[in-house]
Amino acid sequence: MTAFRALAAGALAVALAFLVLPVVAIFVDTSPGELLASLGDGASRDALLLSLETTSVAVALIVAVGTPAAWFLATRRFRGKAAVVTLVELPLVLPPAVAGIGLLAALGPQGLAGGLVGDSLVLQTAGVVVALTFVAAPFYLRQAQAAFAAIDPALLEASRTLGAGEARTFARVGIPTARPGLAAGLALAWGRALGEFGATLMFAGSFRGITQTVPLAIYDQFATDFPAALALSAVLVCVSAVLLGSVKLVTGAGPLGVAAR
Amino acid sequence: MGPLALELGIEVEDGECLALAGPSGAGKTSVLRVVAGLLRPDHGRVACGDDVWLDTARRVDVPAERRRCGYLFQDYALFPHLSALQNVAYPLPELPRPERAERARSLLERFGLGDRGDARPADLSGGERQRVALARALAREPRALLLDEPLSALDARTRAGATRELARTLREAEVPALLVTHDFGEAAQLADRVAVVDAGRAVQTAPAAELAARPASAFVADFTGAIVLTGVARAEGDATVVDLDGGGTVTSSDQAAGRVAVSVHPWEVALEPAGADAAGSPVNRLPATVESVTVVGSRARVGLVAGQPLAAEITTASAERLSLAPGVRVVASWKATATRLVPA
Repeated sequence: MTAFRALAAGALAVALAFLVLPVVAIFVDTSPGELLASLGDGASRDALLLSLETTSVAVALIVAVGTPAAWFLATRRFRGKAAVVTLVELPLVLPPAVAGIGLLAALGPQGLAGGLVGDSLVLQTAGVVVALTFVAAPFYLRQAQAAFAAIDPALLEASRTLGAGEARTFARVGIPTARPGLAAGLALAWGRALGEFGATLMFAGSFRGITQTVPLAIYDQFATDFPAALALSAVLVCVSAVLLGSVKLVTGAGPLGVAAR
Repeated sequence: MGPLALELGIEVEDGECLALAGPSGAGKTSVLRVVAGLLRPDHGRVACGDDVWLDTARRVDVPAERRRCGYLFQDYALFPHLSALQNVAYPLPELPRPERAERARSLLERFGLGDRGDARPADLSGGERQRVALARALAREPRALLLDEPLSALDARTRAGATRELARTLREAEVPALLVTHDFGEAAQLADRVAVVDAGRAVQTAPAAELAARPASAFVADFTGAIVLTGVARAEGDATVVDLDGGGTVTSSDQAAGRVAVSVHPWEVALEPAGADAAGSPVNRLPATVESVTVVGSRARVGLVAGQPLAAEITTASAERLSLAPGVRVVASWKATATRLVPA
């Protein structure tokens, strides 16, 4: 028993060291001065603003459409529901390159729905939003569905016997009681969107100020200016850590376990 | 839950309370859910006054939110993110804000919770939660009251007071009330009539006292708390004598023949030391062995074996006088007129 305890603790130490080391290294190699200087750099600033803008729009779209969709999945039983859930979750396991090709094949100028969107998406900021939404939406949908499904059914039935139709029940009982789960899903989706690389590159390209988000800018600078790439990475780590930490605070999951300096 | 056959017709008058009583799994709660519109049966009809809420033959199915039933859920189902006051105000969205709060507050005051309006359900005691749920169910002036095990979530200490208060609320209510319980005593205290439900059927519907005095079947007798013995009946003069399975005979003033269930209430059964002379009017005397003695307040419930299991309820004083303990041999006696016979 105690020998196994020691083994398990050792395994955790190895995992922790492996997972934390790259993050620590980013900060060790970046002086605060470089970090600030990188924020003054035009390309980095453009990338940060674009990332903030596109991820916000994508997450807003995901929440607006995903919340009622997840409610439907959680509260209804219908034929083929398992298949629908699997389809919704498919982008989770799709390689980003495949996602990019798929988006081009569907929404590119010569794509399936190309007639509808023309060339308004490809190589455009709107295209970045589409790519981010595609890869990040399943994270929110999954969490939201689980959160709605975990609500005590008696609460929803009580709401109905008290005269509230489904829309009011959804807004006044469903969302407030599922809020911690919804917030967790939002954070996961936002984190995934912030880090999105492959699908964005293939579908929207990497043009400064138009489609070059932070991950693309990091890749771009990595070839020419390694310290700048490091500094931008440090910024992204901070943003992600703040995001994860604030969600844990909102959901009451306890103090942040993130070693941000 | 698998499919359940519910075959019963019940009618409840304005101001009347009908209890659906029976063992768990009998389908009592399903009846409430069908009435409230939370469960849609394959076939059935539900009407309140002149309004038809459900008629599967005519494809009528009024949604739950438009049936105006006051439903008290077993665990009360209070909204955890809302205060007591907001819970009670929830069914009143059409009222202007000040009026809404005013009405919710006066309802809470009616249930003695005027100062608990700001508390969240998690900070309320079980009894307070039950009263908030009741106030909430009454807020919309429901056309019918549906109560699912309203007292089962309460501890024994709170239950007596809550029962009295609920009885008062039910007396004041001017709408039909349907109450589900697995406890015959609770049904007797709260309801005007009791429908004993078994496997989706109402096996007997009558005032509680009548069920206890004249059970239509061994199941009803057993449910009302009576002892049930089985045997074969034969007429003997004006009376009926039953040869019990496992030995012994008992006499009843009821008429019956063939296989019967004999029922008698434990409080009708007296105990005497083994070998005592027969005295007084009891004609039914069965030698028995004490198996258990359970003291409940000033009374003792004595478990006996006399061929078949039997029970007596006597005062703790007599239990001490007889020095009852497992293994002691006694004679159980009761009157022929307290002995009910129903076909087994």
